[in-house]
Amino acid sequence: MDTEGMPGKATRRLFTKAAAGAAAGWILTACGPKRLYDAPKERLLTLVANLEQESRQRYGTEVTVSDASAIPGVEFAYALDISRCVGCRRCVYACVEENNLSRDPQIHWIRVLAMDKEKGVDFSHADPYYQPEQVPQESKFYVPVACQQCRNAPCTKVCPTGATWTEPDGIVVIDYDWCIGCRYCMAACPYGARHFNWSEPSIPAASLNSKLHVLGNRPRPKGVVEKCTFCIQRTRAGRYPACVEVCPVGARKFGNLLDKDSEIRYIIEHKRVLVLKEDLNTMPRFLYFYAT
Amino acid sequence: MQPDTGGNTLRLFSDFVHGSIKLILNGNRLYRLWIGVLALLIVSGAAAYLVQVRNGLGVTAMRDQVSWGFYIGNFTFLVGVAAAAVVLVIPAYVYEWKPIREIVIFGELLAISAIAMCLLFVVVDIGRPERFWHLIPPFGFLNFPSSLLAWDVLVLNLYFLINFTVATHILYRAFHGRHYRNGVVVPLVLLSIPMAIGIHTVTAFLYNGLAARPYWNSSILAPQFLASAFCSGPAILLVVLQMLRRFTRFEIQDQAIWKIAELMAYAMFLNLFLHGAEAFKEFYSATEHLLYTRYWYSGLNGHTTLVPYAWSAVALNLASFFLFISPAARRNPITLNLGCAATYAGVYIEKGMGLIIPGLTPDALGDIYEYYPTLTELRVAAGIFAVGFLLFTLMLKVAVPISLGEFMDRSHPRPEMASHAAGD
Repeated sequence: MDTEGMPGKATRRLFTKAAAGAAAGWILTACGPKRLYDAPKERLLTLVANLEQESRQRYGTEVTVSDASAIPGVEFAYALDISRCVGCRRCVYACVEENNLSRDPQIHWIRVLAMDKEKGVDFSHADPYYQPEQVPQESKFYVPVACQQCRNAPCTKVCPTGATWTEPDGIVVIDYDWCIGCRYCMAACPYGARHFNWSEPSIPAASLNSKLHVLGNRPRPKGVVEKCTFCIQRTRAGRYPACVEVCPVGARKFGNLLDKDSEIRYIIEHKRVLVLKEDLNTMPRFLYFYAT
Repeated sequence: MQPDTGGNTLRLFSDFVHGSIKLILNGNRLYRLWIGVLALLIVSGAAAYLVQVRNGLGVTAMRDQVSWGFYIGNFTFLVGVAAAAVVLVIPAYVYEWKPIREIVIFGELLAISAIAMCLLFVVVDIGRPERFWHLIPPFGFLNFPSSLLAWDVLVLNLYFLINFTVATHILYRAFHGRHYRNGVVVPLVLLSIPMAIGIHTVTAFLYNGLAARPYWNSSILAPQFLASAFCSGPAILLVVLQMLRRFTRFEIQDQAIWKIAELMAYAMFLNLFLHGAEAFKEFYSATEHLLYTRYWYSGLNGHTTLVPYAWSAVALNLASFFLFISPAARRNPITLNLGCAATYAGVYIEKGMGLIIPGLTPDALGDIYEYYPTLTELRVAAGIFAVGFLLFTLMLKVAVPISLGEFMDRSHPRPEMASHAAGD
């Protein structure tokens, strides 16, 4: 039957279509996947807008929230020169500033361990609370530890809600809006790299870093887990992580594992490289090496 | 008998509910005192939990180094209690051993209460309890089969459902003066046996699978979990059975109680043996993994908070083994109950704090943070135990008169319920 010419019916059909579309959309948003892992672009954009508005209200500063995804052909890796590190902990505090870590309660994504030269790399004698007059101490060497971004990550495997996963560029990330705070990943991590927001995190409004990433340094709520993301907000924009930039002795190296001419590839091919707790087969993307 | 019409079923059900409420509300002074104490503990626990929800888990003693504590310890212990119902179910249904068969229903009610407590302990431990639905497809996402926690969520709820169905079916049929349907109960009970072993194995695997924690990463963990569960679960039940015998007309034969105590002795022997095997391996090979065992039994660098607990657990477990292995001691009501208390306390310490805390101390990078629960944690935990005991008490209050034939649907007065054929 031909009803095309009848304006009343056409409007009604249009209305029906629009209503059905709206209902389907609503159902999809309400019941569809909610994790950032498989979120559609629109949801990401809504989240970004919400975050920007929230931060404006809470901290009184304009922020930009990036949702930049992994760059094809890039797999990040990190290398730290144990023979150069002096244990100054500048990386620890640069990380706090860059990644909007809670000042009270205090959270540090990097833990620098002082170890005895005569005992070698041995966690049972490691001291994370060293406080001498001056570093480095003659008898000590220093091993900074943060997330090792494992290829065989024990933490993502155990998460019951799939709130943490490895991105295509090798960064292990957490969806702060999806994590239920069960802390199974913290029990599974062999490097103590995951940190929990035991109370409402606090960041002074004046020192908020306003360049944020949805999977990175955006302010976290209490009751969820967080960790180092290789400064995802910087590295996906072509910059170095904050800890690499701040290191006064150049002990920290960062780059693209898939790029044959990268510094990281040079280190792997020419230096004595080790990974922490090799026997656990976690296959870290964070390497330690002795340059001298 | 007459086929039930819809209206009739509804009337029978409302009779059942009304009768149950009347039973629950009436009781002597001791009963009212008991309920009052439980209610007080629940209120105190709820108040403490509210503080925790408002301020975050920072009000507990847990920190990044020891990220699980008292709550998860209690959870683990109670999974064992729930699993132990099989100790009674196996001989009752497989070997048709009558003295135990009559009391199986109480094992199932205990399992239901224990699982309820388990689920509550998980809820109070998570940082964002309002996001629990993130686990439930299709709204959420359950990381199955990769995450052992996903497995645990599934098996615990399934086990809860099975026990709930069996217990409700048996009691509801008995209320109408009818024997339970073998076609319903027997398959479910047979399924509940592997399920009971399953919930405890999965819970053990939850820790066992973590290579980051050498103290847990030992294949002896699951068998040892089962062995200790077969001690603690019956320990509670033995006390309950004696109380039932004392305060109600319910007759429980001495043989049943003695048999359970004897089975507990074997289970405790196995538990001690497995602990010994693990301790031998750790101390003789003396690798760097010995640290955790040493922290539990002798302390590390002057950190000795848990040492008294470790040795109390060993002493209590040994004492209960010797009490239950001797026929004279397990037949004497005083030593029997002392043995139950020792078993319960010993397993509670070794399976709760003794499993979780040394597993995480020293932490993955060698830092020693001495965990000891805060008052908030103790109050919340006491509240949850009170919820469990309240649930168990109220279920018993209804189940016992039904089993005795005192509380029945008046339109079908059939006191000799056991003589009726199944599915009449």
